[in-house]
Amino acid sequence: MKLLVAVKRVVDFNVKVRVKADKSGVETANVKMSMNPFDEIAVEEAVRMKEAGVASEIVAVSLGVAQCQETIRTALAMGADRGILVQTDAELQPLAVAKLLKAVIEKEQPKLVILGKQAIDDDCNQTGQMLAALLGWAQGTFASKVKVEGEQLLVTREVDGGLETVRLKLPAVVTTDLRLNEPRYASLPNIMKAKKKPIDTLTPEALGVDVTPRLVTLKVEEPPKRQAGKKVGSVQELLDKLRNEARVI
Amino acid sequence: MTVLVLAEHDNKTLKGATLNAVSAAQAIGGEIHILVAGDGARSVAEAAARIPGIAKVRLAEDPALAHGLAENVAPLLAKLAGEYSHVLAPSTTSGKNIMPRVAALLDVMQISDILAVVSPDTFVRPIYAGNALATVQSKDKIKVVTVRSTGFPAAPAEGGSAAIEAVSGASSAGLSEFVGAELSKSERPELTSARIVISGGRGMQSGENFKLLESVADKLGAAVGASRAAVDAGFVPNDYQVGQTGKIVAPDLYIAVGISGAIQHLAGMKDSKVIVAINKDEEAPIFQVADYGLVGDLFKIIPELDQELAKGK
Repeated sequence: MKLLVAVKRVVDFNVKVRVKADKSGVETANVKMSMNPFDEIAVEEAVRMKEAGVASEIVAVSLGVAQCQETIRTALAMGADRGILVQTDAELQPLAVAKLLKAVIEKEQPKLVILGKQAIDDDCNQTGQMLAALLGWAQGTFASKVKVEGEQLLVTREVDGGLETVRLKLPAVVTTDLRLNEPRYASLPNIMKAKKKPIDTLTPEALGVDVTPRLVTLKVEEPPKRQAGKKVGSVQELLDKLRNEARVI
Repeated sequence: MTVLVLAEHDNKTLKGATLNAVSAAQAIGGEIHILVAGDGARSVAEAAARIPGIAKVRLAEDPALAHGLAENVAPLLAKLAGEYSHVLAPSTTSGKNIMPRVAALLDVMQISDILAVVSPDTFVRPIYAGNALATVQSKDKIKVVTVRSTGFPAAPAEGGSAAIEAVSGASSAGLSEFVGAELSKSERPELTSARIVISGGRGMQSGENFKLLESVADKLGAAVGASRAAVDAGFVPNDYQVGQTGKIVAPDLYIAVGISGAIQHLAGMKDSKVIVAINKDEEAPIFQVADYGLVGDLFKIIPELDQELAKGK
C-alpha cells in the first residue's frame, strides 16, 4: 500500500511569534522554522505502517517556498522514501493546498493520505477535510489510532466527549491528533541517507491549479494583554479574595 | 442575507455551543435558520425552534445522519448552502470535521474559529495559538464559518417558536460507517460550558493525584481539565485537554494547578474572567496571566483548599 504524507514548514513551536509593526502579519524573517508537529505525527504513523509491513512506499509532499525542501528532508530522514515539492512563493490557503495535493494524488495514486489535523501557524484545521471532499474519499480526522483491515481502515477519533471509532473505505484521508504516536528523532545516519533520497519539484502552474487566495488578511494584531495580578499568601486569603473581591465562588 | 446555523446535538438534546453560534449569526445580521441533521432528532429541532429570533428550523432525518459522519452530512449541507449567504457551525470537533468538507464542496475557503464579526464578510480569528489576531475578509459568495464559543455569548434558549420544516434528500455516501464511541461519563459539568474549571498540569505527577482536584471540583461545581503536558504524560484522557490543540474555555473562574503556563495552554484559557494559579515555581509564566497567584506545594495547598471549602459549605 502506497502512502502519501503532507508536511508543512511552520514557525517552530518554541518560538514566541511577534506581530509586525505594520500589522501585515507576524515576523517570520530569521525565525527558526520546523515541520508542523502534527505532520511529524503523520510521518511517524506512515513509517510505523511501513515497518509493520502494511505500507510499501511513503511519499512526503510539501508545498510552498524552496526551503520546504528542508521539511521534506526531515520526513525523508524519519523514513519516508521520496519527496515532492510543489514550489511557489504565493500565499497558499487550505483550499489551494487541498487542490494541489489532489493533483499530486491523482498522479501518485496512494491508498492512504495522512496529514496533521492543523498547522500551528494559521490554526485552520481544514486541509485534510477539504482534500477528502475534493477526492470524494472518506475522512478520519483527529485520529488517535489507525488500523488497516483489508480494504478498510478503522480509525479512532478524538472527539469532544471522548473517543469515537469509524470504519472507512480505502482510499481515505486521515488527520492526526496528538496521541496517535510519539514521533522519532531522525538518527544521524538516516539524516545522511535522506540527502540521497529523490525530491521532485512541481509548480501549481504545471499542476493546473489556481491558488489565488480567497481570504484577504486586512490586519494582524496582538491580542489584548492580560495583566498579572497579585500573589496571595495563603489558602484562606485566596478564598477570601475569590469570595469577596472577585465574587466568583 | 440569510444565515444557516448547523446545530450541535446528540439526537436528543441541543448542545449549548449552538447558542453561541446563533449569537455570531445575529452579529452578522439577516434572517437565521437552524439545520438539525440527525436521526430521530425531533426533540432537538423543537429545542432549536424555541431559541428567540430564529426564522425557521430545518430538520433532516436519516439513519445516515445519525452519527454526524462528515461524508454524509457535508453533501446535504452543501446542497442547502446555495440558499444562504453564510453557513455557520460551532468550532466543536463535529463542526471542525464537517465544515471544511462543506467548504471544499462549495469551492470556498472556510473561515475557522471566528472570535468576532466585523462585517458580514469580515471576521477576526486567532492565529499562532491566539498569539495574534487576524482580521480576514472573505471574497467567496457563500461564507462557511466555524465559531469559537468563547468569542460570543450564548443566545437565550427559550422564548421563540419557529416553524420546523422537514428537509429530504439525505443519503449515505457509502464511504464510512460509525462503529462505536467511548464517551467519558462524568457527573461534573462539561468543560467548555462550566462556570468554574480546575485544571492540573505535569505538576500533578500522576493520574491518581487528579482525585485531589476532583474533590475540590465537586465542592465548587467545577469541571476538571488538564494541560497538554498532563495528557501527554498519560495522567488523564485527551478530552480533558485545555489549549491550542484541545478545548478552548472561558469560565468565570479558572484554577490552574501545577501548570507552568506554556503558550499552547494559555491559548485555551486566557479569556477566563478570573484566573488562579497554584504552582511551586514562582517564576512560572502562568503567574503572568493569573489574577491571583499562590506559590507553594500543591500537595499541601489543594488538600487545604479542599478542607476549607468543605468547612464553608
